[in-house]
Amino acid sequence: MSGRAYIRYELLRTVRNRRYFVLALGFPLVLYFLIAGPNRDQTDLGGSGLSAPLYYMVGLAAFGAMNAMLSIGGRIATERTAGWNRQLRVTPLSPREYFRAKFLTAYMTVLAALALLYLAGAVLGVRLSANEWLSMTGLILVGLIPFGALAILLGHLLTADAIGPAMGGLVAVLAVLGGTWFPITSGVLYDIGRALPSYWLVQASHVALGGGGWGRTGWLVVAGWSVVLGVLAARAYRRDTARV
Amino acid sequence: MSAAPGVEMRGLAKTYRTGDREIRAVRGIDVSIRPSETVALLGPNGAGKSTTIDMVLGLARPDAGTVSVLGGDPSVAIAAGRIGVMLQTGWLLRDLSVRELVAMMAALYPSPLDVDEVLGLTGLGELAGQRTQKLSGGQAQRVRFAIALVGDPDLLVLDEPTVGMDVESRHAFWTTMREFAARGRTVLFATHYLDEADDFADRAVLMARGSIVADGPPTEIKAMVGSRTIRATLPGVALSELELLPGVARAESRGESVVLACSDSDEAIRALLARFPAARDIEIAGAGLEEAFLQLTGSDADEERAA
Repeated sequence: MSGRAYIRYELLRTVRNRRYFVLALGFPLVLYFLIAGPNRDQTDLGGSGLSAPLYYMVGLAAFGAMNAMLSIGGRIATERTAGWNRQLRVTPLSPREYFRAKFLTAYMTVLAALALLYLAGAVLGVRLSANEWLSMTGLILVGLIPFGALAILLGHLLTADAIGPAMGGLVAVLAVLGGTWFPITSGVLYDIGRALPSYWLVQASHVALGGGGWGRTGWLVVAGWSVVLGVLAARAYRRDTARV
Repeated sequence: MSAAPGVEMRGLAKTYRTGDREIRAVRGIDVSIRPSETVALLGPNGAGKSTTIDMVLGLARPDAGTVSVLGGDPSVAIAAGRIGVMLQTGWLLRDLSVRELVAMMAALYPSPLDVDEVLGLTGLGELAGQRTQKLSGGQAQRVRFAIALVGDPDLLVLDEPTVGMDVESRHAFWTTMREFAARGRTVLFATHYLDEADDFADRAVLMARGSIVADGPPTEIKAMVGSRTIRATLPGVALSELELLPGVARAESRGESVVLACSDSDEAIRALLARFPAARDIEIAGAGLEEAFLQLTGSDADEERAA
């Protein structure tokens, strides 16, 4: 049985869906040029010692990666509504292979989005060491696991019509509480934020700004959400056999 | 493997709850399908055919009763790639060509058939390069059929396979099916076309309102439900008189006309014209399945619409 051939076609059809692919890749890129472009010469943003192109590239890396990862939820919901999910259930495709295919597709989109964003950053003058590029990217990829599970969970719970607005709201809340747009450094929101995977995703990207990465709390939060959402997603997938 | 088991359903029941309404889609059915038998699950919309098929495939969990497929739980046979399935309508996965989609599905099975052979078999050779989202309904249905065949399954389960197909596709479909069944495969298909059951199945299981009304050779079923009706304008004749005519099972009046449900319409029409030469506007029609079921079960099927 070759799950590999199955995954290859899954990737192929993702790339071919231009609207999806271009939006997932292009959205962070356009935002980046809109925000960082006019401030490209600012080298000391708010007295932080960070250049504007670097600061915004890093912020959008976390946000764009989260968006790209969550977007598989919408694709799953569409496939379910089309009845394709039931068709898969009556093939030997195991849940494990199914999840692997979905995750790999999402990661491919994420990596393409990050690569474009990094390239754009370099164009605007961002310079980082190889180590910084790699550790930021590596930590972001790990930090995305709970988002992949969340996307699969919602994809199997919601219909194609409902998932768009639900995701939109969720992304906004997660992004704000995670400190994607502006840092939250104290208070209740800070405490809530630190318990969310989006906060740690932002921390992952901040490695490139000289941040210290995750520490124990970060790893625990990310691992906790991964397990909980992973179990819920697996359960939602198993239960989701009815006609939609 | 002559003693290999086929499909065994025992006391199978399923009730759906929508809001505060309960729909008893399947009400305790027993069906036994032998290996290499071709069985039609016949019935009007809402008879419980799709729900039965969902339970056979493990897509719906029975409230009561058991299903055994190829000697075990449906999930085991599915995981082993021994069942090929064509579910009722729905779209195909988009952004792939017909050939790519069939190859993608073939990759999931332990010993699939050659993809090009299957495309040829299902008349998709010329459409192999076409993107799936650009197919007509009938063409998409053929792709679904190709997907069901490509794993080279021991058991083929088809839910209303010819819905949306034109006459030509339908003909080609059944020709391919016959070839496939001739290789000793077991086939279970749901249909609401009596003729499909008659032309193709070794056996027809007739369902109405969640129960099995009849189970036997299609010709027998056809004799039961395939009766014709004669409609004629014939004022002033008592229904009891008409019911005495040979070949007439039941008579009803509809205004000035009468409707005769016939067990033998040829005999009935001769007798009718001989006895009542004044009969005019005569129509003879094959009763639809729905109508036949109403006659068989004697009540309205509308309360149970769990397609």
